[in-house]
Amino acid sequence: MDRLFLVASALCFLLAVVRTVLLIRGDVFRPGRSNFLAIAGGFALQTAFLWLRGNALGRCPLTNLFEVFIFMAWSVALIYMVIGPTYRLSLMGAFTAPLVLLIQTFALLAPIDRPSVAKIAVNPWLEFHASMSIVAYGAFALACVAGLMYLLQERQLKTHQLHSVFHHLPPLTDLFAAITRLLWLGFGLYTAGLISGFFTGQPLPRLKIACAIAVWLFYGALLQGRHLFRLTPRHVAVLCVVAFSAAVSVLWAITFVSERPA
Amino acid sequence: MKLFCVGLSHHTANVETRERYARKSDEALCEETGCAEALLLSTCNRVEVYGVADRAIENDRFAHYLTTKDAAAPPNDLTAFYRYEGDECLRHLFRVASGLDSMVVGETEVLGQSKQAYETARTNGNAGPCLHRLFQRAFRVAKQVRTHTDITRGAVSVGSVAVELAGKIFGELSRRKVLVLGAGETSERTARALVSRGVTDLRVSNRSGVRAESLAALVGGRAVPFAGWEEQCREIDILISSTAADEPLLTREALAPILSERWDRPLFIIDIAVPRDVAPDVNEMEGVFLYDIDSLQSIAEQSLALRRQQVAIGEQIIAEHVADFGAWLRRATTAPRRSGDAAHPPLTEAPLRTSES
Repeated sequence: MDRLFLVASALCFLLAVVRTVLLIRGDVFRPGRSNFLAIAGGFALQTAFLWLRGNALGRCPLTNLFEVFIFMAWSVALIYMVIGPTYRLSLMGAFTAPLVLLIQTFALLAPIDRPSVAKIAVNPWLEFHASMSIVAYGAFALACVAGLMYLLQERQLKTHQLHSVFHHLPPLTDLFAAITRLLWLGFGLYTAGLISGFFTGQPLPRLKIACAIAVWLFYGALLQGRHLFRLTPRHVAVLCVVAFSAAVSVLWAITFVSERPA
Repeated sequence: MKLFCVGLSHHTANVETRERYARKSDEALCEETGCAEALLLSTCNRVEVYGVADRAIENDRFAHYLTTKDAAAPPNDLTAFYRYEGDECLRHLFRVASGLDSMVVGETEVLGQSKQAYETARTNGNAGPCLHRLFQRAFRVAKQVRTHTDITRGAVSVGSVAVELAGKIFGELSRRKVLVLGAGETSERTARALVSRGVTDLRVSNRSGVRAESLAALVGGRAVPFAGWEEQCREIDILISSTAADEPLLTREALAPILSERWDRPLFIIDIAVPRDVAPDVNEMEGVFLYDIDSLQSIAEQSLALRRQQVAIGEQIIAEHVADFGAWLRRATTAPRRSGDAAHPPLTEAPLRTSES
């Protein structure tokens, strides 16, 4: 029953994606409120799902890979709605909706919504650790989206081929500032999540710790890379995309390991 | 009561003819032409009178009124004048206010000029309830056309393209440093355009120090020695180059050590010189955005083409408003005025909506 909310939510994101594609094909791209409203609608339905699932479980709904992905899609939509208007990145919605749709559709279609084998007692530290980490992933996802926007705008400026979307994308310096802020936000949340993991009072698999620290180090290096390795803004944008792809893979691995019966 | 427009524009008259009829004052417009309401819209590309009268008034009466006092022997060339009445007048005004009738399609200056003309006519008591509603509607139509089409999108001159690109690379330009290398006319115009967007740190370098000083004074910058222009590239964000050099002044080899010191800051190079001052392969370097005169002109032409494509969408919006406002106008001007007649729309005057300004 609760999955129906997710299907409706996915349709909202699909609406935003279809609208964007049609506008780009018509070469009259104009970000409007409808994208934001569609994403807000999708977010509200995601929230309803998480609320229902949380009530049913009696805890934060992060007990299997399916819930993790949905929570991450929810985090992406949440951070977009907070960050997007603040930094005048209205066009970010056009890039955010496909990402959320992709994550959510995969979660809905893949056979990963299996009840957790192990009965885990309610543990506030564990819930804090998991939710912080996933919200951090949401911030990294949006940094990835901003990175893609940067690369698209930079490509247009380099090749002198300015399409309709060029006029609606923010300046390169603004996009890079948004990438940096999102990386710092994600890094801060991830650090909090990582540290809290050691207070859960539960045995921590070595692989899980190694993967989590690897992601933390990668993003830390990326944030300092500008100064340490003289990374150009374009390199940072590329690495944001690479880092998020890698981080999602690691998240999968971590969750897979956690779900595997001991 | 009839609504009409009489005037001439860049479509029908050359600049000499337009100059002869470029009267700016409309204080005696109603009085001298016999209109019940009248408004004078006088810009560099058009001189038009929008009027409301209960009888036909000949074009030559307006031509006579519009003739400037210092015009040498007006040839009474009325063929340059056009006249639109009723719905055609509405369509024309809505096209003018939306920038569809402008020389540079989609320009927005004419909307500001229309608002100013309306405000003047209102202050002078020449604009009554009919023109008030008409112009309020025209401003609304212009806003709608601007919002729902890409008619104003993109820059259409070399200078404005350069400024738009600079804005898309750097965002806020007020803290950006600009070096003008060479002192040509186009580089001066481009520099002026950048200054109008807030640039305050502008340096001018030229082989002739006197010419550099002169241009620097004109655009509000400072002259720097030509011998040290490459050193300036370490600090600047935007380089406008237009020297008369036969060989490229800036090559990959020359720029590479400079870029290594400013890896995290983009460099925007506008090369207006022919032959070019900057080797084309410099554009392949990380963080460098190089535009020569052809690429700037090509972008300007693309923007103009896009604007022309958008005209049809603008015309559709205008057609809807013409039908709607035309119906109102016919009811308002033909229905007998009786007190308590609900079918008769009130011709009340509301304050000017400044939110559309």
